[in-house]
Amino acid sequence: MSAWVFRGARVCGGPPTDLAFADGRVVAEAPVGAQVYDADGLIALPGLVDLHTHLREPGREDAETVETGTRAAALGGFTAVHAMANTDPVADTAGVVEQVWRLGQVAGHCDVHPVGAVTVGLGGQQLAELGAMADSAARVRVFSDDGHCVDDAVLMRRALEYVRAFDGVIAQHAQEPRLTEDAQMNEGVISAQLGLVGWPAAAEEAVIARDCLLAGHVGSRLHICHVSTVGSVDILRWAKARGIRVTAEVTPHHLLLTDELATSYDPVFKVNPPLRTAADVTALRDALADGTIDAVATDHAPHALEDKETEWAAAAFGMVGLETALSVVVAAMVDTGRLDWAGVADRMSLRPARIGRLSGQGRPLEPGAPAHVVLVDPAARRVVDPAAMASRSRNTPYAGRQLPAAVVATFLSGRPTVLDGKLT
Amino acid sequence: MNRHLLSAGDLSRDDALLIVHTAEELARISDRPIKKLPTLRGRTVVNLFFEDSTRTRLSFEVAAKRLSADVINFSTKGSSVSKGESLKDTALTLEAMGADAVVVRHSASGAPHRLAGWISGAIVNAGDGTHEHPTQALLDAFTMRRRLGRLEGLRVAIVGDILHSRVARSNVLLLDTLGAEVSVVAPPTLMPVGVGSWPCTVSFDLDAVLPKCDVVMMLRVQRERMAGAYFPSAREYSRRYGLDAPRMATLPDTAIVMHPGPMNRGMEIAAEVADSVRSTIVEQVANGVAVRMAVLYLLLGGDSS
Repeated sequence: MSAWVFRGARVCGGPPTDLAFADGRVVAEAPVGAQVYDADGLIALPGLVDLHTHLREPGREDAETVETGTRAAALGGFTAVHAMANTDPVADTAGVVEQVWRLGQVAGHCDVHPVGAVTVGLGGQQLAELGAMADSAARVRVFSDDGHCVDDAVLMRRALEYVRAFDGVIAQHAQEPRLTEDAQMNEGVISAQLGLVGWPAAAEEAVIARDCLLAGHVGSRLHICHVSTVGSVDILRWAKARGIRVTAEVTPHHLLLTDELATSYDPVFKVNPPLRTAADVTALRDALADGTIDAVATDHAPHALEDKETEWAAAAFGMVGLETALSVVVAAMVDTGRLDWAGVADRMSLRPARIGRLSGQGRPLEPGAPAHVVLVDPAARRVVDPAAMASRSRNTPYAGRQLPAAVVATFLSGRPTVLDGKLT
Repeated sequence: MNRHLLSAGDLSRDDALLIVHTAEELARISDRPIKKLPTLRGRTVVNLFFEDSTRTRLSFEVAAKRLSADVINFSTKGSSVSKGESLKDTALTLEAMGADAVVVRHSASGAPHRLAGWISGAIVNAGDGTHEHPTQALLDAFTMRRRLGRLEGLRVAIVGDILHSRVARSNVLLLDTLGAEVSVVAPPTLMPVGVGSWPCTVSFDLDAVLPKCDVVMMLRVQRERMAGAYFPSAREYSRRYGLDAPRMATLPDTAIVMHPGPMNRGMEIAAEVADSVRSTIVEQVANGVAVRMAVLYLLLGGDSS
C-alpha cells in the first residue's frame, strides 16, 4: 500500500485536513485508490527524531538490541534515532558505525544514525577517526563520548575544530569528572538527607561554560547533551546571545521528575545527569519553550533487571524513555501551556534533525516532504505498564503513572511502522 | 511503631520514648544474675553484616540472645558492588529461611530500604553507608537521659565529620524529635551541602559552642579524609576541632562527653578526655545492648496484633 490519506488530521495542531502520502512523500491530493485512515481528532506531526538513544548493540544485547530499541522508538512516534557510541566494542571506527547503521536498515522500524565516539574507546586520550566515520556508509555527523565527558580542554578544542571539515558536531556530556567522583544523585537537601554522594550542578555548568567559550573561539558547532540545571540554562542563554553556535537538548525525565524520588532508594530513579530540583525543572521547561534549549532527546538507557535490582550505589545509571517521551513532553510542556503542537514538532523533530544534519527527517508536512509522520491522540490517557513495553528493558521511572496522549500511528517513508497503537 | 527501623526520622516522639522506656526496664535485667528473658523464644534474628563492625554485631547478638531468639550471624565483606551474591539473592535466601528480623549493616546508603522491599520480616538498620544508624542514636539518647535526667531542652553539639556520618544524621533527627536543641560543628568541607535544611544549628567554631553545651558528641574523623582535601592535616583538624583537656574545661560543669566509637585518640578526642569522668563512652556500649533489646522486643515480640 503506497498511498494513504488521513481524513481530518490536524497537522501540527492546525485545523482538520486531509493529509495524503504517495510513494513515500507527502502529496497535495490523495491519488485514486489511496488507503483511507480516519484521523478525526488526531494530531499529525513530522516523525520524531531522537538525538540521544542507547541501543546497546553491539555488546549488551541482553539489555537492548537495534531491533528491540527501534521497535520502542516506532511505538514512541520516532522515525529516526541517533544511536550512542558507548557500545562494546565502542562505535569509534567506520566498521562499528556501519554495522549499527546496517542493523537499523535491516530492522526497518526507524532510521538509525550512529553517533561516533570522539575519542578512541571513549578513553578521552586520543581522537577517534572521525573523518572515516563521517565518510562511511553511516555518514556520521554527531560525535559524542556520552557517558564520559571530554574533559581535556585541548582535546575538546581539537575535536570541535576537526569536525568542521564535514559539518559535524560534538555532543558533549558535560560532567567535570573530579567534582563527580562516586556521585550518585543531585547534590542538595535530598542527598544530604539520604547520605548519597552528591553530583553538584556546578560540575555540569563549568564544562558547558568552558565549551561554549571554546566553540565561540574556534567558530565550531557544539551540542550539549541532557542539560539539567538552572545554571546551565543561564550559560546557554548567554552563549546564544553572543552568537556562539551552541545547541542543547533536555530529556523528558528532567522536564518532569525531581530528586525527591531518590528517597525511595529505588535505582529506577538513578540517572546521569541526576534528577534535579523543582526549580531546575521549571527553568528547563521555560528554556525549552523559549528555544534556549533546542530539542528534547530521550537518553533512552535500557538496563538489565539485575543492574537495577541492587543497592542504589551499585546500580547502573539510566532510564528507558522512547515509549514515553512524547507523553511526558505533553504533560510537561503542552498541558502547562508552554508549547503548542507546532512547538512540539519543532523541538522533537525539526530542530533535532537539523542538529544531526538529517536532511530527510524533520521536514514540515508539506507536499514533497518525506512521508515520516506520527499521529497522536491528544485526548488519550494511559497508565504506563513496564511489562507492555517493546524495549527489552523495563527500567521506566513512570511505572504506574498516568500520562497524557498516545501515539496512534507512525509512518516511515509512507510505510506504517505502528498502526492503531501497535507495531505492524 | 513501624514494621521496620530504617531511619531515626521514621520514629514519632511516642515511638522513641517507648523504646527508651522499654530499654530502661530491660536494662535492669542486665543487673540480674540470670540475664535471659523468654520473650523471643522461637523467633529467628539474622545479623546480616556486609561491613566489619564487631561492636555493633556483638551488641545485637547479645541483645537477641538475652531475649531468647535464635541468632544467625551472616557476615560478608564487600557486597554486590564487589561481585559477590547480589543483595537481592541474599534477601531471598534469608526469606526462605524464615528470618523474623534482619539486622543489616551495609556500606551502601539505602541498602536496608531495598531489603525491606524483598523480605517480609522486620528490618533493623544497623548502619547504612553515610545515611543512618538509628539504634546508635537511640542508645545515645538513652545515655543522655540516664546521665542528665532529661532530653527535652538539652543542648547537644555533634562535632566532626558530619558529611560522612550516619551517626550524626540519626542523632539530629531523633534528638529533634525528642525536643533537644542540636548543633552540628565541623569545618565547612565536612558539612553536607543542604545541611541548612536540617533541624539543627550549624557552626564552624567549636570554641564558641562548647560553653553552651550539655552534651558534646565527638565523631570519628578518618585520617584518610585528608587525601580528599577535606582538611589540610590531621594536626590542624585536631587543633581546630579536637576535644582536648583545655577545651573540655570550657564546658559547663555537668556536661558530658560522648563518642560512638571507635575513637581516634589524639585526633578528634584526647586520651585524657576519653578517660575522664565526663566521658560516657563505655556506658554507651553497655546501653547499646538494652536499647537493641528494646528495639527487637518492640518490633518482634511486643505487639503482633
